[in-house]
Amino acid sequence: MRTGRRRWWQGAAGLAGFLLLLELIPRAGVVPDRYLPPTSRVAGALAGELGRPAFWAALGDTLAGWAIGLALAVGGGVALGLLLGSVPALRAATSSTIEFLRPIPSVALIPLAVLLFGTDLRSKLLLVVYASFWQVLIQVLHGVQDVDPVAMDTAHSYGLGRWARIRHVVWPTALPYAVTGFRLAAAVALVLAVTAELIIGSPGLGKEIAVAQTSGAVPAMYALVVVAGLLGVGVNLAARALERRVLAWHPSTRREAAA
Amino acid sequence: MTGLARRVLLAAGLPLALLALWWVASADSQSFYLPPLSQILEAFASTWLGARLVDDVLPSLLRLLAGFAVATVAGVALGVAVGSSPRLRATLEPVLEFLRAIPPPVLVPIFILIAGIGTTMKVLVIVSGCLWPILLNTVEGVRARDEVLEDTCRVYGIRGRARLRHLVLRSSSPQIVTGMRQALSIGIILMVISEMFAASSGLGFTIIQFQRGFAIPEMWSGILLLGLLGVALSLAFRGFEDRVLGWYHGLRRAERGPS
Repeated sequence: MRTGRRRWWQGAAGLAGFLLLLELIPRAGVVPDRYLPPTSRVAGALAGELGRPAFWAALGDTLAGWAIGLALAVGGGVALGLLLGSVPALRAATSSTIEFLRPIPSVALIPLAVLLFGTDLRSKLLLVVYASFWQVLIQVLHGVQDVDPVAMDTAHSYGLGRWARIRHVVWPTALPYAVTGFRLAAAVALVLAVTAELIIGSPGLGKEIAVAQTSGAVPAMYALVVVAGLLGVGVNLAARALERRVLAWHPSTRREAAA
Repeated sequence: MTGLARRVLLAAGLPLALLALWWVASADSQSFYLPPLSQILEAFASTWLGARLVDDVLPSLLRLLAGFAVATVAGVALGVAVGSSPRLRATLEPVLEFLRAIPPPVLVPIFILIAGIGTTMKVLVIVSGCLWPILLNTVEGVRARDEVLEDTCRVYGIRGRARLRHLVLRSSSPQIVTGMRQALSIGIILMVISEMFAASSGLGFTIIQFQRGFAIPEMWSGILLLGLLGVALSLAFRGFEDRVLGWYHGLRRAERGPS
């Protein structure tokens, strides 16, 4: 406990030092302050942003695109992963296709998204879903493969039906993998949501950043980048909290808590 | 022999079927946005296999490799420093968590501000995105090194460079390679985005130009090229990984026993 608190203080000191450094570098003239405004000016701009309704609307747009896209990707990835993973013939037939489609960078779809949907929410969703779907699918496929053959044979000999086997044997094994996939996908989905706004111009934080950049509002631009970073931290923390909660029954989590 | 034929059929069957389906379904497509595949392939040959290969594709790839290399060196160096010192780690952890959580594309406007729209900006963007996965994975790898090996090194008086090379880097290399793999896929995305956002040449720029000029078959051929590049880079990286981590995978297999 004691060391935990000391670590906390050290972390806080590190953060304070970082902010102080960013205040001093432009003030001392090492970097011109039109490139890197001091922390205090960025903080002022951030306060200004927080008072603007348009900022909250943009934040809402970003979060909506992120959440809907992530939900679609997780739902599709888990369903398809369970299906492909449980039928060996399907898995063998699709694995080369998956290996080919997965590394295709999702940004390759940007021009297509613009043509089909313009700056609509749907073009953001296309990018978010494509990027995060593979993270979930691959993890679930690994998870289904990891099912203990003894447990599966036991379920067979007790006469469990297909659904009962998936529910009671496959699903508990695959869940930790699926949750890992979810955590990876949550971070990727945010990156792609912001990318779509920045490049395509769908409404959201990314678009606000692009607007601030073109209009030369440098402190506001930095303030929005800070908001995007905080959003990323929030997404990571939330995904990790969810992971602990969903997997509270799992041996790896229980061992961690006991230790 | 029949086993091999079966495997080839399984691996190639679905991709060929999908390509054939695309070919047939789009053969007499009148839709402006979905041109026949034959037309896309023709555009591919005429667009990319000429001067553009040298003028646009190659510079993009070189920037990607340069950024990736710089990020790898910097990430491993910083990661070893941070991972070896508990105090440094406790101090920097919150700052690193925040910097990592910033979606890398939002840094594009900042780097445009600082470095203009030239090569420096694009390489900086790629470095800034690739650095974090490598850095954080290196820190984890350096932290998790085997205590027995550590003690053995101390007993035998292995210090300095030899210790760094044979103990620290060697035992964290699986994590470093994992970080590099994540960084590579982020790097491809950033290569494309930095060119789409502001550039006068390069792969991303050219594809966006085609889309804006409604040169639809050319745009599709660009998407195809990005996909192929993604696949080729991931295959190349897998080759690299097998070479560098052959000892590790062999060790893991031996530990699991002949199954």
